Amino acid sequence: MAVSLREYRAKIRSTQSTKKITRAMELIAASRIIKAQQHAAAAAPYARELTRAVSALATYSNVDHVLTTENPDAKRAAILVIASDRGLAGAYASSVLKETEQLAERLRGEGKEVTYFLAGRKAETYFNFRQREFEKSWTGFSDKPTYDDARAMGDALIARGGHMDDADEDAEDLPVIDELFVVYTRFKSMLVQEPTAIRLFPLEIVEGEEAPEDAEVLPLYEFEPSAAEVLEAVLPKYLYSRIYSCLLQAAASELAARQKAMKSATDNAQDLIEKYTRLANQARQAGITQEISEIVGGANALAEASASD
Amino acid sequence: MTLQIELVAADRVVWSGEAREVIARTAEGDIGVLTGHAPLLSLLVPGVVEIFPVDGDTVRAAVSEGFISVAADRVSILSEDTFLADEVDESALTAELEKARSSDDEAAVRRAEAKLRLIGKAS
Repeated sequence: MAVSLREYRAKIRSTQSTKKITRAMELIAASRIIKAQQHAAAAAPYARELTRAVSALATYSNVDHVLTTENPDAKRAAILVIASDRGLAGAYASSVLKETEQLAERLRGEGKEVTYFLAGRKAETYFNFRQREFEKSWTGFSDKPTYDDARAMGDALIARGGHMDDADEDAEDLPVIDELFVVYTRFKSMLVQEPTAIRLFPLEIVEGEEAPEDAEVLPLYEFEPSAAEVLEAVLPKYLYSRIYSCLLQAAASELAARQKAMKSATDNAQDLIEKYTRLANQARQAGITQEISEIVGGANALAEASASD
Repeated sequence: MTLQIELVAADRVVWSGEAREVIARTAEGDIGVLTGHAPLLSLLVPGVVEIFPVDGDTVRAAVSEGFISVAADRVSILSEDTFLADEVDESALTAELEKARSSDDEAAVRRAEAKLRLIGKAS
């Protein structure tokens, strides 16, 4: 019995140190969520103004742009998968990847070829492990994305979006992508995060989240130098800004998922500690009882031995 | 009547408030915006934006490519990289310019030069 007691104590100790680690990770994630939300809030004015400008351009100019026009016989679609760099965030990465698989299946069902762009080490290892091909991946910023990261991703995607004048020559050897989707995790609240797939281009000008004042009438802008040139300059920025906001939301979601996972890990550790403590107490009691009965038995045997003499 | 100004970078609002006048460098040349300006959406080239607030000193900021939109006395200046004059530090900028030059990134060189010009003008 004494051996078992020692084993229980060792288990309690190790669970306690695991609990300390998961608790620390929970607290770190909790404090980072606030920062991630602040970043998302700070990026909102830019996205809002940009959305206004793009809506104005779309409303008051008849300019067509490759990024905005639908291609009726789209052949190739690209999916940008935004997952995390690190695990220990519950089902965060796997639910994004599941959403990706569903989207890819739907696109293939429509007869489109699918290529992948990945952000986050988890997505990369998922593809590498299955020996599936992807075109490009970015890692190292999943919980703290910067605008430069979004710009780098946007540039790579626009270059593959093809028919833009300046991108044409470099992209010649690669087949052009007709549609681009992003799969990321939308941050609805601290408790609810939703893997979501949206289409980035052909662009659908989304008023939704970024522009709360959608009832507002847009003024009749004068465009300088010309509507086409302004559109040409603004659209990539709009794309970067959309990617940036996806990255920021994904980062907040990742942290929230990690906090939740680490909280339940901490709770589980606490449960285990309690369970082991009970078992250890039981083992200790059993040990004591056995010792007493041994002593009593020994004393009785001695008494009987001396009585029979 | 005053202008409502918002000077916005990709990840934050750099400056916002009321002002009498804004001067910015667009693709078509420098423009000054006073109250009652016609709605305008114009492209900015990397350079310096000057804002004359209702009270207080002139605000100078360096911007990279971006655009300015004016409507109903609301002026939004959007640029991915935006810095106020008193936020930048000359030695850091010179280093940035060197790095941009060595990496042959033309846009970065222009950005860094705009910021340096801003300091030169402000001091």
